[in-house]
Amino acid sequence: MKHFDYVQPKTMDEALASWEPGAAWLGGGTNLVDLMKLGVAQPQRVIDLTRIPDLGEITFQQDGSVRIGAMVSNAALARHAGFAQHFPMVAEALLSGASGQLRNMATVAGNLMQRTRCAYFQEETAACNRRNPGAGCDARDSDEELRALLGASPACVATNPSDFCVPLAALEAQVEVRGVNGTRQIPFAEFHLLPGDHPERETGLEEGELIVALHLSAEAAGFAGHARYLKVRDRTSFAFATTAAAAALRMEDGIIVAGRLALGAVAARPWRVAEAEALLVGQAPDEALFARVAEAAMAGAEAPAHLEWKIDLARRTAARALAMAAAGTPAQMPALPASPFGQQNGDLAHV
Amino acid sequence: MSLFISLTLNGEARDVSIDDPRVTLLDLLRERLALPGTKKGCDRGQCGACTVLVNGQRANACLMLAAGLDGAEITTIEGLARGGDLHPVQAAFIEHDGFQCGYCTPGQIMSAVGLIAEGDAGSDPERIREGMSGNICRCGAYHGITLAVQEASRRMAAKEEGDAA
Repeated sequence: MKHFDYVQPKTMDEALASWEPGAAWLGGGTNLVDLMKLGVAQPQRVIDLTRIPDLGEITFQQDGSVRIGAMVSNAALARHAGFAQHFPMVAEALLSGASGQLRNMATVAGNLMQRTRCAYFQEETAACNRRNPGAGCDARDSDEELRALLGASPACVATNPSDFCVPLAALEAQVEVRGVNGTRQIPFAEFHLLPGDHPERETGLEEGELIVALHLSAEAAGFAGHARYLKVRDRTSFAFATTAAAAALRMEDGIIVAGRLALGAVAARPWRVAEAEALLVGQAPDEALFARVAEAAMAGAEAPAHLEWKIDLARRTAARALAMAAAGTPAQMPALPASPFGQQNGDLAHV
Repeated sequence: MSLFISLTLNGEARDVSIDDPRVTLLDLLRERLALPGTKKGCDRGQCGACTVLVNGQRANACLMLAAGLDGAEITTIEGLARGGDLHPVQAAFIEHDGFQCGYCTPGQIMSAVGLIAEGDAGSDPERIREGMSGNICRCGAYHGITLAVQEASRRMAAKEEGDAA
């Protein structure tokens, strides 16, 4: 690990004043410290945000919206009874990610800021435009499975690895950020950037800005009765998604009146397609409908010949997540959150 | 540059000077505080061998910068037993053969103590396996580990009920 200067500000103003180009904000450290060991991240200064008051609060507002402080841990958010009740698919996504230890450490803001798990990004000797602009992309012609099917560019095929971000995109969260020039809100859809010619620009944060909180609206809580996250992965637990989907429906008298669908692990940000969601409105839940919606959500997907299966898998994942959402949010968090092998509707879905 | 932190380490107050901000909690415990029970496996948060409790919650010591831990309460495998009495999780691991080579065992036990305190798994084997997925056992002692966590979880719940009565 390269040497760095460590500071632990006690106030937000002190933190913002500590910033210098080449510095890094530190939350739980589960991604940053790992990348520093690998030499992929080499900050000159590490600014530890964990001692700043008020960043660790979960606050329900009068209007039914919730404000989640940047330094709330993934575990604390997923286990917060009120939160899990209003935003069950967010809790399910959080509990399907990483391990018990990592969820205790990892923060809300750090989850949004986590870097791609593309093997070529993490390997210092490989060419990677995201890590080293202009170096080229060794992942493009590789057998890397964590590869974008949508929104990729000649410069970069990396995916966003987060589970948490997928339902946040579906529920149109707002990201509250702060810099020396004040506070502003970034809509979730604009927070993570597609690679284009500049894959090194990963988020909408300006130099020296940091995430203060996340906001979910009361309207988003209106999906709580029919909301699921489904994650297909190489192992039953503690693995990044191969494909994932967050599906949420509002139902009245057996008819879908509003639908949200975001796909994970298929692009550099959670993938949402308004035309696909529009197909749900006014319809009764039905397998053929969900297949059409999934098809529309994956429109334009591209993969090299050896990864064509992943397009099909992503469609099936989306259709099944919609069917699970239509069946209703389970009363208790499944033993295997977000798993295709978990208990669904009372029956075990696997042998 | 020296950084000073105060820790409560296995119940004992300790003032520690850290000469380099790169030192992780894992290296601090093993190399500087003579507590080698916490193991280094992958050093990347993937294997769980370094699991300790930080303020009562299980965490990967390999990914924590020690400099950030001023005021923290740390419990390692060395701090679990009370005199000659093993912690119920330690005892259950022995009874159920929850290990073979033993290298992952301190991390498994600390993770199980954390999991039981979290209260989500109870004695449900599926929830225990899911909750313990951050701890790898390359000998494959998972069956015994699951039985041990179930047993310890039941005994600790029974004792709590007994104490409350």
